[in-house]
Amino acid sequence: MSTTTDLPGSTTRPTVPPTAVKRPAKARRRGERSRPAALLMHLALGLAAVVAVFPVLWIFYIALGPDKMDYLHPGGIAGKATLANFSKVLGQTDFLKWFGNSLIVSSGTALFGVLIAASTGYAVSRMKFPGLRPLMWSLLITQMFPVAVLIVPMYYILANLNLLDSYGGLILVNSATTVPYCAWLLKGYFDTVPVEIDEAGRVDGLSPFGTFWRLILPLARPGLAVAAFYAFLTAWAEVPFASTFMLSSDKYTLAVGLNTFVSQYESQWNLMAATAVLIAIPVTVLFYLVQKNLVTGLTAGAAKS
Amino acid sequence: MTALVQRVKRSYSTYWYAYAMAAPVVIVLGVLVAYPLGRGIYLTLTDATSLNVGHTIGVNHIPDTFKFVGLQNYSDVLFGPGSYDRFWSHFIWTIEWTVTCVVLTYGLGLGLALLLNERLRGRTAYRLMLVVPWAVPSFVTVFSWRLMLADGGLVNSLLSFAHLPQPSWLEDPLAQKAAAILVNTWCGVPFIMVSLLGGLQAIPGELYEAAEMDGASAWQRFRHVTMPGLRPVSATVVLLGVIWTFNQFTIIYLLFGSTNAPDVQILVTWAYQLGFGQIPRDYAQSATYGIILLSILIVFTTFYQRWLRRNDQTAV
Repeated sequence: MSTTTDLPGSTTRPTVPPTAVKRPAKARRRGERSRPAALLMHLALGLAAVVAVFPVLWIFYIALGPDKMDYLHPGGIAGKATLANFSKVLGQTDFLKWFGNSLIVSSGTALFGVLIAASTGYAVSRMKFPGLRPLMWSLLITQMFPVAVLIVPMYYILANLNLLDSYGGLILVNSATTVPYCAWLLKGYFDTVPVEIDEAGRVDGLSPFGTFWRLILPLARPGLAVAAFYAFLTAWAEVPFASTFMLSSDKYTLAVGLNTFVSQYESQWNLMAATAVLIAIPVTVLFYLVQKNLVTGLTAGAAKS
Repeated sequence: MTALVQRVKRSYSTYWYAYAMAAPVVIVLGVLVAYPLGRGIYLTLTDATSLNVGHTIGVNHIPDTFKFVGLQNYSDVLFGPGSYDRFWSHFIWTIEWTVTCVVLTYGLGLGLALLLNERLRGRTAYRLMLVVPWAVPSFVTVFSWRLMLADGGLVNSLLSFAHLPQPSWLEDPLAQKAAAILVNTWCGVPFIMVSLLGGLQAIPGELYEAAEMDGASAWQRFRHVTMPGLRPVSATVVLLGVIWTFNQFTIIYLLFGSTNAPDVQILVTWAYQLGFGQIPRDYAQSATYGIILLSILIVFTTFYQRWLRRNDQTAV
């Protein structure tokens, strides 16, 4: 576990302003550089940051325009900006219902996924058993499954189980894609918990499961949170399963609902933009709350073993 | 002797627990991945469409009437009449798409990670802004791109301002491809950037100091310290990048819709179109595409792993 515990910004190292130190070029210490070089770097990063942020700000801006064709004349929006689109979306459409659906499905996926991924992650982290490598491999290969090959048979399984158009069914199929990665992630996390803790638990007479449940799970809470957030964010943004398995419009998730806006409201882009903004805000906040841990978890799981 | 018995007993109890603890995932993956995969393979050997697959209308149950056709679907997809337009043109574009996107995202991600790793004022702010495309769900940002790329949208307004040609991003085939690559790269850079940044920070500073002592130039330090240090992380992000880009559904599906824009459909979206986007739904062909896709990825991963192993690296 030598990766990414220290991200930029998680520590603020003392920076020496380039002008403060007058030193001949050859004696420059590492990390200091000439003024033009620093300027160039700021220029590159600044440009990249603008490109990264702009589309998101743009949709905010479009959402303020009262007319559906305003996106073609963005200059006009500034003068007549209004929050009417937001109140219309919240008040007169199925937005809140879809929001609730998304919330149920995403939390369900997170809860169920982490619950079953955790014990598997622990098993593959701590125990060497025949079948360990095939299991790890199948977790990786599941990442490669194109939706197209699974979606037709899944459709039939769900139909046979009477789970089409139900939250449970969507949670289940979402879990199929998030669980392998969560297990992988949690294995990486469990690997960082010292084995001595397990041994102490065993000496005190706990079963392997008791050790896992009483000692390791509480210690792994940050890892569990990361896996849960990963599952939540994935389910929140999932499109193909949700648009295939949720048949009636009162079961749509936001990702699907947003897509129907385009046809349903005759391409009322302003309303769609407002909806997009409303969808983005909660998960973006969530993302920023966990991003540092998410990154550590992702790369720890990825760069290990 | 007792020690041996004890060891057998202990290993049995360990295995027992290991299997019990791995069971939930194995069951879920078995039901939702292995069984569908088996069923999918079976469907590829039949002529199943939505017309002849058993279904229930009201109280009447109509049984399956599709029949077994052997490998006919595969030969039809790969070599049948019009197979170039149906399969190979999409195959070529899928490969072009995957390679271009992965090269672009990796290159840009590496460049930005290197910049962010420098001691620079405001790099936290830069990092937070650069992560935005990852933080906001892609179906939201793809809509924003659709607005910006539309005829008369922001991008073309800027191009006309600069007296440059204004392609029809969402309609002209070549421009559609460029637009798809642009949006996918925009969405994909943050993950790679952040992972590589993590990798960069794991490289011990002493290595750089030693290299500098030996008189290595900046390029030599990059070539002989940075790149080898990044290799484990790179191996993983490139593998994941290839898999994810190859299977990228959301961006193309939402940017162009599934019905128009046949030229820009990669194999995954094309297979979805066959299975769910048309009437009658051609389940057998769609599943055939799926199995072919999966085979391509497995072959790729096997070779990639072998290549990594030859260079003393593994991604798994």
